[in-house]
Amino acid sequence: MSTGNFENWAGTITDIGPMYPFVGTEMIWFLAGLAFWIWWHVVQAKRETRQYEEEIKRFGSPESLRKIIDKESPENP
Amino acid sequence: MDNELTALGIIFTEFYYWLTVVIMFLIHVGFCMYEVGASRHKNHMHTLMKNTMLIPLVTITFFFFGWWIYFAFPNGPGITGGVESAPWAEPWSELMGTHMGGAPATEAFTAEDTAGWARINGVFWASFLLFSWTAASIVSGSVIERIKSTGFWILAVGIGSVWWIIDAAWGWHSAGWMVQKLGYHDAYASGVIHAIAGGYALGILFVLGPRIGKFAPDGTPRNIHPRNPWLVAIGLFLIYTGFWGFYVACNVPMWDIQDGDGVFFSATNIYLAPTTLSAITMNFLMSLSGGLLMGYIVSRGDAFWTYSSGLAGVIAASAGNDLYHPIQAMFIAALGVIVMYKLHYIVERKFKIDDAVGAVAVHGYAGFFGVFIAGFFLWGYPSSPDASFATISPWGQFIGAVIMFGVLGFLPGWVTAKVLNSFGMLRIPKEIELAGLDVGAEAERYADEQAIIDAERAAIGSVGGSD
Repeated sequence: MSTGNFENWAGTITDIGPMYPFVGTEMIWFLAGLAFWIWWHVVQAKRETRQYEEEIKRFGSPESLRKIIDKESPENP
Repeated sequence: MDNELTALGIIFTEFYYWLTVVIMFLIHVGFCMYEVGASRHKNHMHTLMKNTMLIPLVTITFFFFGWWIYFAFPNGPGITGGVESAPWAEPWSELMGTHMGGAPATEAFTAEDTAGWARINGVFWASFLLFSWTAASIVSGSVIERIKSTGFWILAVGIGSVWWIIDAAWGWHSAGWMVQKLGYHDAYASGVIHAIAGGYALGILFVLGPRIGKFAPDGTPRNIHPRNPWLVAIGLFLIYTGFWGFYVACNVPMWDIQDGDGVFFSATNIYLAPTTLSAITMNFLMSLSGGLLMGYIVSRGDAFWTYSSGLAGVIAASAGNDLYHPIQAMFIAALGVIVMYKLHYIVERKFKIDDAVGAVAVHGYAGFFGVFIAGFFLWGYPSSPDASFATISPWGQFIGAVIMFGVLGFLPGWVTAKVLNSFGMLRIPKEIELAGLDVGAEAERYADEQAIIDAERAAIGSVGGSD
């Protein structure tokens, strides 16, 4: 029993083609991969939007921004 | 692989491309360092992650559809023919997986197909993939400190896995329609990678707009200097180093170039026309030198521009560096640097374009220039071993440069950026730009550090008690 197309390395090596397991299921893996890619973008986009909203609440007031920028100023090395 | 000589040829070719991938990886290390060095302290981590995450995104999408585009679209489609069949590059193909090269599992392939592609498909795919990363990374530097990661990563997939590989199918494929009809010649990708990425970046920059403070109220541009010039210098040196792998990956290492009777093996360029590694090694170094020398003069010794000019020099000579004389390569590089440096400041002032690392100039303008000037230097040369193809000409190269920079670069960049902008996915909020993209992470870090300091202060009491 093997999940691949061969069970040992004996015999004629040129008879061996694909070496990965579950040959014949490639389309399913491809579709799952596409879904994973799209899912990643969706999750990332939502998180980035939420992150900026929270950061604006915490640091977005004119006083906070002034403090942050003052720290960066060459006048305050 | 049933005799030593055949095995040597196949395994050498496999190893050759594998090695180019390892060397080209340094280009990306260099781009990351360069960008972080050019960004301000408050944006360092975001800048790093923006560039880093394009690696997996472009990799998986290049697997899903980029590789197939290269083999399927050399005819346009619709210009010299239809969509070509390319079963070995379909993401569900057995040849896109680990394969011994023996008996095919499906009827899509013959034993000859599998024997040839099993050992070359993966390394050849990876070589092209590293070009894809480069294209996306070129864009990444120009838009730092104000682009949303969401928008940038969609744009990165666009240039890395769609637009550049279409141009490669058209003008960097031995049967590409641009090679056939225009005599397009671009051996080391002045246009195919650099002009297109520069044009794409410019299209995005028009929509994205400049960073706050980049232009004075009267429109005069202000310099936002690299925050860490040492990191920039190391980054650019690493890009130079990785560029060796880039050049070598543009060649086929061993090919029978004898037309008709007999056999003669040589390295070839991507069009399967003869060249030698020796030739491109000399030309690479001479064009790098021409770029550095002229960059130092035109920028009056500015380190940032001098380093960038070394790169721009190589890019300006790359289209014809398989055939130029080394001294020609040096002068072409020097001329290309003057053009790209002057254009950078003209465009910056006229259109208020804030290209944070000069990527549009170094890659876009120098690449355009490189493609065009090859048409004069190599006028009448064969573009391909196929004698029915058009020969190299200034007008063929000019049209080619416009297609690379404008049609497949600027236009898709501008349109995609417009769409992303309309959904609020392109530019970060003004408050975040002012506070810095790392503001939240930095606040957490300070809080963590403070907690440790407080704990250590508390521990001082127990030290005294143990005496």
